Amino acid sequence: MSERNGVPVGTVVIADQAPDRNNSKQADSPRAFEPGQSFSDQIFRFLARSAGGTTVAIMLAVGLFLSFNGSQAISSAGVNFLTEQAWQPQAHKFGIAAVLAGTVTIALIALSVSFPLAFGTSLLISEVLPDRLKAIVIPIVDLMAAVPSVIFGLWGVFFLQANVIPVSQFISTYFAWIPFLAVTDAQGNHLTEQSAYTSSAFIAGIVVGLMVVPTQTSVMREAFSQAPIGEREGALALGATRWGMIRAVVLPFGRGGIIGGTMLGLGRALGETIAVYMIISPIFTINTQILQSGTNSVSSLIALRYGESTPFGLSALMAAGLVLFLITMVINFTASSIVARSRSGADT
Amino acid sequence: MAEQRTFLPTKPETLIDGDKRKLHGLRAEEVFSIVGAAAGAIATTALLFGWFTPLTGGIGFIVVSYILFILFYVMLTSFNGEIEEIKDRVISVLLYSAGTILLGSLLFVVTFTLIRGAPALPHLNFFSQTMEFAGPLDGLDIGGIIHAIVGTLIQISIALLITIPLGITTAVFLNEIGGSFARFVRTISDAMTALPSIVAGLFIFSALIRTGVLQKSGLAAALAISVMMLPIIIRASDVVLRLVPGNLREASYALGSTRWRTVWSVVLPTSRSGLVTAVILGTARGIGETSPVLLTSGITSVMNTDPTKDPMISLPLQVFTFIKSPEPNFIARGFGTAAVLLLVVLVLFAIARVVGGKGPGQLSTRQRARVLQQSRLDEYRMTLRKELQNNLNPSPRKKKSDVK
Repeated sequence: MSERNGVPVGTVVIADQAPDRNNSKQADSPRAFEPGQSFSDQIFRFLARSAGGTTVAIMLAVGLFLSFNGSQAISSAGVNFLTEQAWQPQAHKFGIAAVLAGTVTIALIALSVSFPLAFGTSLLISEVLPDRLKAIVIPIVDLMAAVPSVIFGLWGVFFLQANVIPVSQFISTYFAWIPFLAVTDAQGNHLTEQSAYTSSAFIAGIVVGLMVVPTQTSVMREAFSQAPIGEREGALALGATRWGMIRAVVLPFGRGGIIGGTMLGLGRALGETIAVYMIISPIFTINTQILQSGTNSVSSLIALRYGESTPFGLSALMAAGLVLFLITMVINFTASSIVARSRSGADT
Repeated sequence: MAEQRTFLPTKPETLIDGDKRKLHGLRAEEVFSIVGAAAGAIATTALLFGWFTPLTGGIGFIVVSYILFILFYVMLTSFNGEIEEIKDRVISVLLYSAGTILLGSLLFVVTFTLIRGAPALPHLNFFSQTMEFAGPLDGLDIGGIIHAIVGTLIQISIALLITIPLGITTAVFLNEIGGSFARFVRTISDAMTALPSIVAGLFIFSALIRTGVLQKSGLAAALAISVMMLPIIIRASDVVLRLVPGNLREASYALGSTRWRTVWSVVLPTSRSGLVTAVILGTARGIGETSPVLLTSGITSVMNTDPTKDPMISLPLQVFTFIKSPEPNFIARGFGTAAVLLLVVLVLFAIARVVGGKGPGQLSTRQRARVLQQSRLDEYRMTLRKELQNNLNPSPRKKKSDVK
């Protein structure tokens, strides 16, 4: 510590010497640093803590109830639960192979639709658009995250199905040599009639993809806009074009946001129910031809079968729901930890 | 030695001011290459589709002409640009296309719903009647969705009664009290944001309805919606409360106020607009939820204002029910209901933008005037009290100051 005039800096020098005055009194005892809580504070703490407790209780109740009931069905079915395609709980012959495969197929198609759109749009917003346009585009994209899924479903059923069928037919005719793009019947003959294409995973995937774009866009845009201005200007000053600057500065800084945002979108795509339920025609076999009518998803299975279930059938559905929940939870946690880690100096 | 002085350089006569350099916008050459590439692409595609190949279909036309546009654009820019410049231009075009496709399709979804819903909306009975007496073949001038509107209002009100106090108090707990239990609560509520909505519905259905605690009713639906909304509201309010500047809290503590007083008079008022936004966005999500309601509320075509018993339908579920029917009038009603639902969500979102969009502590002119008024009032009150005290028990010290 430096000294000035022989007195360490930071020392308070009291001109009027205190001891003279206080001689008569007893020496001061140090003041209690943490005063006891007032009555209102005790109530406040208790209320806040019990609100937190209630929240946790509700959520643990959901989780535990699902796992308790689901585990009955899983233990009865054993390993078959993961490999069986049919869903006949009455006959104790059920498994999530088909529905899970369908869910993942739809989610992957959704991602391949949404990723380019979200990636391009978020770069456009954060790097290209002038501020005036930015202020218009950002709220529109955010608003779309709030549009109810039943409305996307309506659009998918009444507009998209009719307009995508010719495209599906075209792709399946000319790209049939790629196995998952072919549309064939059991004998391997190419199908051309419209009904073979109407309710495919492809169409459901496009709709779900549009639904998850806003989530992905806002996460990516935030990550991109946090790329440091110094590095950006450095790259531009060295003669980089805008794309050169984006590739050298923005993308490396935003990598966490890109991966995390995509995964958050994937989590939402996996759990989407009503739009998928409206579009697909449910089947209980694994369909590897994504353009062909007929697929399934865990959430549509629940929506389809909850009413007719016996108690055992219900716990089988809960087992399926539990598996879906575990998958989306792992994906969400991974995504948010990636996003959080890529944000330097952020504490969660 | 001559005296050295600082002098301002004078402008030489010979120097001519050049044009000011344009830093923004497009150069004429760029505009020409974009327009040229677009014209060339459309013409070539028309030629391909009309004459040379058996290609057909609107979407195919757009896709082919877009690919050709990119190719032509690369060619045109390569005439007087280097490879880096070509890349930059093409990427810019691709970014603009992604944005246009996204915004275009999103706006299209909205306008499609509104336009298809338009035939049902002008009928006033659509907003004043139920579907109780409307048969499958009746026209749009009989029957309406008032029962679904009332159902939605009742369900979302119950859900908000549960989630607002619980959610905001939990968020306050996470931020103002903290500790290891708060970290646990935060982890759990983050995990719950991943809960698929249908699973929340399945939980209420099997835990409360199948066990006979509740009927399929508005209350059950409201509980399912609450399970969905609670984590959303907690998370959003948590973020908002975190933005309250620490020095405001410290100032309050330094004035000797208790924790409770600080939260009530400093933290919550400061973040009020953000909290309102959080709640409104949660409401918008909750109103649009279909799948949990599908499992828990039941379907009905009559008015039911009692949330504890009998089925009670809501707007999204009504949409879903209408469009499952093959009758054109039912589908028109479905689109009309969807348009109403969409308008409700749009209005909620607009309110959220107006209320939110300001940082904590940023006040509008009127709010600032009100705060000013309040502090003038406080000052007046304090001086009044001081004078009153002086008059009642004049202390010797005060007298001294009076003399001065």
